[in-house]
Amino acid sequence: MLTRRELLIAFLGVACAPRSRHSLPPGEIVGASDAVGHRLRTPQHIVPTEWTSHDVVIVGAGVAGLGAAWRFRHADFQDVVVLELEQVAGGTARSGKSFPWGAHYVPVPLPEDRALTRVLSEMGILESTDPPVAGEQYIVRDPEERIFYRGRWYEGLYLNAGASADDLRQLREFEAEIAKWVAWRDARGRRAFAIPSALASDDAEVMALDAMSMAQWMDAHRWTSPRLRWYVDYACRDDYGARLADTSAWAGVFYFAARVAAPGKESEPLITWPEGNGRLVAHLGKSARVDTGWLVVSVTPSQGGADVVAVSRDGRHARGIHAKHVVFAAPQFIAARVIPDYRDVHEFMYGSWLVANLTLKDRPSSVGFPLAWDNVLYESPALGYVVATHQMGIDYGPTVLTYYYALCDRDPRVARERLLSLNRDQWAEVVLSDLERAHPEIRALTQRLDVMRWGHAMIRPHPGFINSEARRRAREPLGNIHFAHSDLSGVALFEEALNHGVRAAEEVLRAEGRELISFR
Amino acid sequence: MNRTPILFLNVLVIAACGLVYELLAGTVASYVIGDSVTQFSLIIGLYLSALGVGAWLSRYLDRDLAARFVEVELAVALIGGLSAPLLFFGFARLQWFQLFLFLVVFVIGVLVGLELPILMRILKEHLDFKELVSRVLSFDYLGSLFAAVLFPLFLVPRIGLVRTSILFGFLNGCVGLYGTWLLASLIPRRRGALRVRAAIVMAILVVAFVQAKLLTSLAEEELFADEVVYATSSPYQRIVVTRGASGFHLFLNGNLQFSSADEYRYHEALVHPAMSLAGAPRHVLICGGGDGLALREVLRYPSVQQVTLVDLDPKMTSLSHTFPALADLNHHSFSDPRVHVVNQDAMIWLGENRNVYDAAIVDFPDPNNFALGKLFTTHFYRLLRQHLTPDAAVAVQCTSPLFARRSYWCVIRTMEAAGLFVRPYQTTVPSFGVWGFALARRTPFPTPSQVPMPLRSLDAPSLASMFVMPPDTGPVPVEINRLDNQTLVRYYEEEWKKWS
Repeated sequence: MLTRRELLIAFLGVACAPRSRHSLPPGEIVGASDAVGHRLRTPQHIVPTEWTSHDVVIVGAGVAGLGAAWRFRHADFQDVVVLELEQVAGGTARSGKSFPWGAHYVPVPLPEDRALTRVLSEMGILESTDPPVAGEQYIVRDPEERIFYRGRWYEGLYLNAGASADDLRQLREFEAEIAKWVAWRDARGRRAFAIPSALASDDAEVMALDAMSMAQWMDAHRWTSPRLRWYVDYACRDDYGARLADTSAWAGVFYFAARVAAPGKESEPLITWPEGNGRLVAHLGKSARVDTGWLVVSVTPSQGGADVVAVSRDGRHARGIHAKHVVFAAPQFIAARVIPDYRDVHEFMYGSWLVANLTLKDRPSSVGFPLAWDNVLYESPALGYVVATHQMGIDYGPTVLTYYYALCDRDPRVARERLLSLNRDQWAEVVLSDLERAHPEIRALTQRLDVMRWGHAMIRPHPGFINSEARRRAREPLGNIHFAHSDLSGVALFEEALNHGVRAAEEVLRAEGRELISFR
Repeated sequence: MNRTPILFLNVLVIAACGLVYELLAGTVASYVIGDSVTQFSLIIGLYLSALGVGAWLSRYLDRDLAARFVEVELAVALIGGLSAPLLFFGFARLQWFQLFLFLVVFVIGVLVGLELPILMRILKEHLDFKELVSRVLSFDYLGSLFAAVLFPLFLVPRIGLVRTSILFGFLNGCVGLYGTWLLASLIPRRRGALRVRAAIVMAILVVAFVQAKLLTSLAEEELFADEVVYATSSPYQRIVVTRGASGFHLFLNGNLQFSSADEYRYHEALVHPAMSLAGAPRHVLICGGGDGLALREVLRYPSVQQVTLVDLDPKMTSLSHTFPALADLNHHSFSDPRVHVVNQDAMIWLGENRNVYDAAIVDFPDPNNFALGKLFTTHFYRLLRQHLTPDAAVAVQCTSPLFARRSYWCVIRTMEAAGLFVRPYQTTVPSFGVWGFALARRTPFPTPSQVPMPLRSLDAPSLASMFVMPPDTGPVPVEINRLDNQTLVRYYEEEWKKWS
């Protein structure tokens, strides 16, 4: 059993000395169902007694699966069954009533992201669609970000306070290099980095970035400024759950360049909701009836289709579906477990995340810049917290803070073991001790603290992965099994998942002989 | 040893202290409850009768008179000394403040009533009765005169109610402590314990005095030029009312909201152009304006059937309703049956409701933080616009075009960006300086040229002149204030930094 001191040193790098006087607030571990999912580690020989037939089975009701369902509905394609292991749909974009449990924003799409533009337009988020312009109330309300450093909050995410002339010179150089990539076009006029990444160039000059890590890329530019490296490292941890040295430079530059319309422009503004991307999930979810609580244990290609076998969470019921098509909208490491003789997936690595929601009876006080949407602690290995009530326009009283911690060990299995080795109380202690640096009164204010342990939270774009043969091949259908998941892109973005869902659905529709105008 | 002269000095101090507590209670009560004639009359009556009760009770004290005397002194020191902070604190928290007030006055009265009879009985061994009565009573009345003169001329204006109270408590404590030496021969037992108790009481009072920052009202007296007569904290803001020679002032988070001396200039300018432009408005919306002063002006229009006042802070609106100085000033507007108060964030409320209004008065505090800044954004004005009838008029307070010129024009341009037709105007309010407003409608309109009723600060020519912006307050290029950039808060902070 870890002592508190060992716990805090292991997870925060510090032993917070003063013993807290408050006992831990109540709370529990919600999802993700690692115990149920881990049944797949041993071969499941289940022979369902009940078989039904459907045109399409979608495996997984994350954004990719729901995106596919959404595309099918727009094609008026009816006979679709969605199977989901968890009790609720949404995958890592799922949410509580008014707070996120995972992904929590999307940038306003550039015109080329037609699928997301269509989704947002349906939701009434956009004031115009060409180019997409979001309604003021849906864009993150200012103040957007602040950073805590040595006892004080400062505006923004780059630590400007105390930056030397050399720090600022390196920042400007970095920004100029990003602007160069924003302007870059290949012979076919494609951007170097675009969202969805399927639209981006695969020119050798761009792909060369994937051969090195973000750390090596920065070294090559002689960018040694600690605060610049912190800033870029934070971006990698935040978007990919990996450190500078473990992130492909392609992915690192993608983060900064893909959301900028043209050189010199700001990044596209972020759209968010109190419940994060749960709002998008709810919209897409209207397209499908999701059968939750079903663990798909095998997907076997068959004559003219595929057979899907699933068991209920309690293991007492099994069902089989003869499908004409399967949209496999779960990650590749699951595909390797449930599809016989599947491709090699060892290149696909997944980061582990801890997400905690803290229900507060009042806002914590702040020294310096006031509470923002995104609040980051410079000296913490975690990613800080977002304020769920921020976008509701509520500036006083009770709120919910959503705390994110990406476990960035080089070996993802080590991170996963660390994540799962702690129980609710231990994670609560880590979260509160971390936030206590900036908010000494946080324990007294916290009335509830629930945690989500995402063992396979997102694909990690390690160097070489984006350009790998394994990743390219993974999106190719296997008979009538079509693949859709953000891991196929190597970057875990809502847009990527949606795009793969739409692509897979359109593959099915075309195979069914439908004439269609692509949503992509 | 002849200790009588010093004992008579004690009488003088005791008498002064007794009267000061009575005056303090009367003053606090008339500040916070109002109706000073009734309050003073009730408190003097109650206090005198409590003195009588104390004097009567003194007959039950037989043994150890000197020790009892010291104990009574210490009790007066503690309760009397902390009476003013207790009363201010009590008013902010207690439902039955009047009862609490009477209780405090009565307890002090009884204790003070005990003092002189005990002292006279101690002194009677040294003097004959004629001499005793003559000297004690004359020192008693002399002390009262001393206190009565000092209280309004020096104590209240220079030291403030709270510190006066603690100071006189300390004097009572001194008398008690000194008594343990002066009357040592009459206190055969446990003299040391008495001294320890005296020291504790005085230490409490010293701590209260020195640790003034802990008593927020004391701390605030240093911040504000005038006497703090009411102070409270809500979840949203710190509300302080002060009273000085020129009248009452309301501060929110330390920022002056109005001075009773010249607020009419501000509120007439804010309300009447919009109300007269709107024709005969029946349904009026007030956003902010929890002081009820814009409301007072709105209610002067007989056409008005209903006013909805949306102010975030229930403490502010209820204070304006119940605190006499404010309720008098707003003509008890919150008691008007036409008034409907909603305590909610105005932006959230506008987003959730569909009613439309013939006129709207937007009277938020200046945008000095992000929570207020959002109430000056295109999103807010678009929402507001949806709540207007086609011919409705809107007036918005938009900080000073002189001190914060870019902030002012940022509000104007933001309203225009939200699809309103806007006419900027300004007036002078001595407490604030040159102050700016915006008059707006959903369609183009000429500047108003008539005042609808006789007003103190506006007639037709002066109304027209408000719409002429002097060159040093004229337009400057600005960005539009949006929820996602909060430009205004940044302008405002930059500009006011220069003046503070």
